[in-house]
Amino acid sequence: MDALLFLTFATIAVACAINLVLQTHPIASALSLVGVMGSLAVLYLLLGGEFIAAVQVIVYAGAIMVLFVFVIMLLNAAAEKKTKKPALRAVVAVPLLFTFLMLVAYLIQTQVPKGPGVQFGGFSGGSPADIGRALFTTYILPFEITSVVILIAILGAVVLARKEV
Amino acid sequence: MPSEFPIPIPPLPLPEAVPLAWYLILSAILFSLGVAGFLFRRNIITVFMSIELMLNAVNLTFVAFSYHLKSVDGHIFSFFVMVIAAAEAAVGLAIILTVFRNRQTLEIDEVSSLKL
Amino acid sequence: MNFYILSLVKTGLLAFVLLTFCAYLVWIERKVLAHIQLRPGPYRVGPHGLLQPLSDLIKLVTKEGLIPGNVSTGLYLFAPFLAVALALVSIVTIPFGPEFEIFGVRTWLGLTDLNIGVLFILAMSSLGVYATAIGGWASNSKYALLGGLRSSAQMISYELPLALAIVAPILIANTLSFKELAEAQSGFHFGFLPKWHIFAAPFPQIFSFLIFLVAAFAETNRVPFDLPEAETELVAGFHTEYTSTMFAAFFTAEYANIVTICCVTTLLFLGGWHPLFPSAYGSDYVPVILLLGVAGMFFFHAGQTIKTRRWDRFSFPVGGVLSLGLAGLFLIPMLQPILVPFFWFAAKTLLLIFVFIWVRGTLPRFRYDQLMRFAWTFLFPVAVVNLLITAFAVALTSK
Repeated sequence: MDALLFLTFATIAVACAINLVLQTHPIASALSLVGVMGSLAVLYLLLGGEFIAAVQVIVYAGAIMVLFVFVIMLLNAAAEKKTKKPALRAVVAVPLLFTFLMLVAYLIQTQVPKGPGVQFGGFSGGSPADIGRALFTTYILPFEITSVVILIAILGAVVLARKEV
Repeated sequence: MPSEFPIPIPPLPLPEAVPLAWYLILSAILFSLGVAGFLFRRNIITVFMSIELMLNAVNLTFVAFSYHLKSVDGHIFSFFVMVIAAAEAAVGLAIILTVFRNRQTLEIDEVSSLKL
Repeated sequence: MNFYILSLVKTGLLAFVLLTFCAYLVWIERKVLAHIQLRPGPYRVGPHGLLQPLSDLIKLVTKEGLIPGNVSTGLYLFAPFLAVALALVSIVTIPFGPEFEIFGVRTWLGLTDLNIGVLFILAMSSLGVYATAIGGWASNSKYALLGGLRSSAQMISYELPLALAIVAPILIANTLSFKELAEAQSGFHFGFLPKWHIFAAPFPQIFSFLIFLVAAFAETNRVPFDLPEAETELVAGFHTEYTSTMFAAFFTAEYANIVTICCVTTLLFLGGWHPLFPSAYGSDYVPVILLLGVAGMFFFHAGQTIKTRRWDRFSFPVGGVLSLGLAGLFLIPMLQPILVPFFWFAAKTLLLIFVFIWVRGTLPRFRYDQLMRFAWTFLFPVAVVNLLITAFAVALTSK
């Protein structure tokens, strides 16, 4: 059951990612990215990360990607124009990408320690309570720094979006 | 499971537990696709989304290793990645809006001169 | 009994009840609005227009499903499907009553109990933006596009106060599961005041209840925040170009979302299925007394109908007998532990739904900039202050 679920959602994720790269219209790419994020959220659930799965959907798919879709719709971005450059890049790059992936897969298969494998329910340390305890004790300094980073980002966005710039 | 499934499921030629390597390979595939999108696409927004795809792939690795090591640290890391991605998206999209307002284009090749 | 068969039965039951109720919600809304505006409302199809939802459904399904030219067909067809799927999925975490035992089977009214149930509802509601945004974009019409744009900006803005308002009662109950949230609100202060979260001990959650309600209006695109479908300026907003079944899907999704958010409000703030006053004072007999009153009203009016309303001579006595039968059902001791908590849950949810319709009948629509300013400069700071005070109070009083 675990392997079946993993393969299903891994296939969806890879198909959506390929679609993201191949589509010329940004809104189609954005929706494929939402598909990738949704299937990754399911994989996080299989890995015992309930909180991260929920945050993935709420923050990533529900806020960041909505912002992307909003900007694409606001700018009324059209599909990319066909380039005049020869397709040499694709001819060279696609086999190169495959070779690279094969190499990485081989390395991972041989180097990663053979554990008992991932089974649903094998790890239950990803509940909101556990995350909260770790965030507010061990990782309190990074957490506070993040809030400053977000404040700076908000100020930056406001300054950039002002009309006079 | 509280009780057995009413319909018998034929045994599949699949392992009972998913090897950790499968998660890492999936992450590698997604990351490479993100790199490919970053290099090949010329729309600024799509390039930006490719970066988000790469961040997602890295997050998957964090969570997978967190399972493997039975520790919550990986989840915290991916949580921070998401928070920073949110900040990055806010600033990045504001920059894209400004670029579009000044140059009326989203093609990354045409935004090549520093001065208008 | 087998877990899977039981779940299948409960899923079927829930889907049937929810969809029927959504259809009748339209009738309720039209009737209430009509009476607010001193009109009779739907009256032609069946007694008091009770078969109106059925005839509307037949009309919508048998109409030709037009796909306008120049739309992106795939996304255009996907959007209503997504809307209705998300709306139906989010209700599975709602428990409608406590656990009970019947015929030797231990179960509860509700499909599943997630330990992150509240986050799940938030996630599904934040994904709901895509249905309106995609629908508006794929229609390739300027009104629909404007509706989609407004919807995405509005949803992002109101999600913040919504989430902050949810956090405050969660701090008090110390759980994210709806079942435990409702159980945390059992009991009474001083023997009569229910321990609902709006009357919670360290800091009453009345403010976060109001913030949540206002944000819920915006999240479900209801008046006074229905800018995405403002008919006076945008024709019909994001669903301008939709007809027939696809339009019905958007409609169903909107009403299912209202039902879900009212259930969530009941569970978070109004004590779920816990009664208004202790059963020592007879709260178990409230439904019986209420239904007897309804039956009495039916019989009283049945004797008074004028000649022109021929239907009512038949329908009023039938309604009276039905309410008497229901009242009898509430008196059966075996069914009481199931029906009485469900009655309290349904009563609170229906009251909230009535508030939704009441507001629609009373308030004018906001202007777009007012809507945004309200979210960011009033609702958000108030929610933050409320959360801080609650957190401080909880920190002071916890052991």
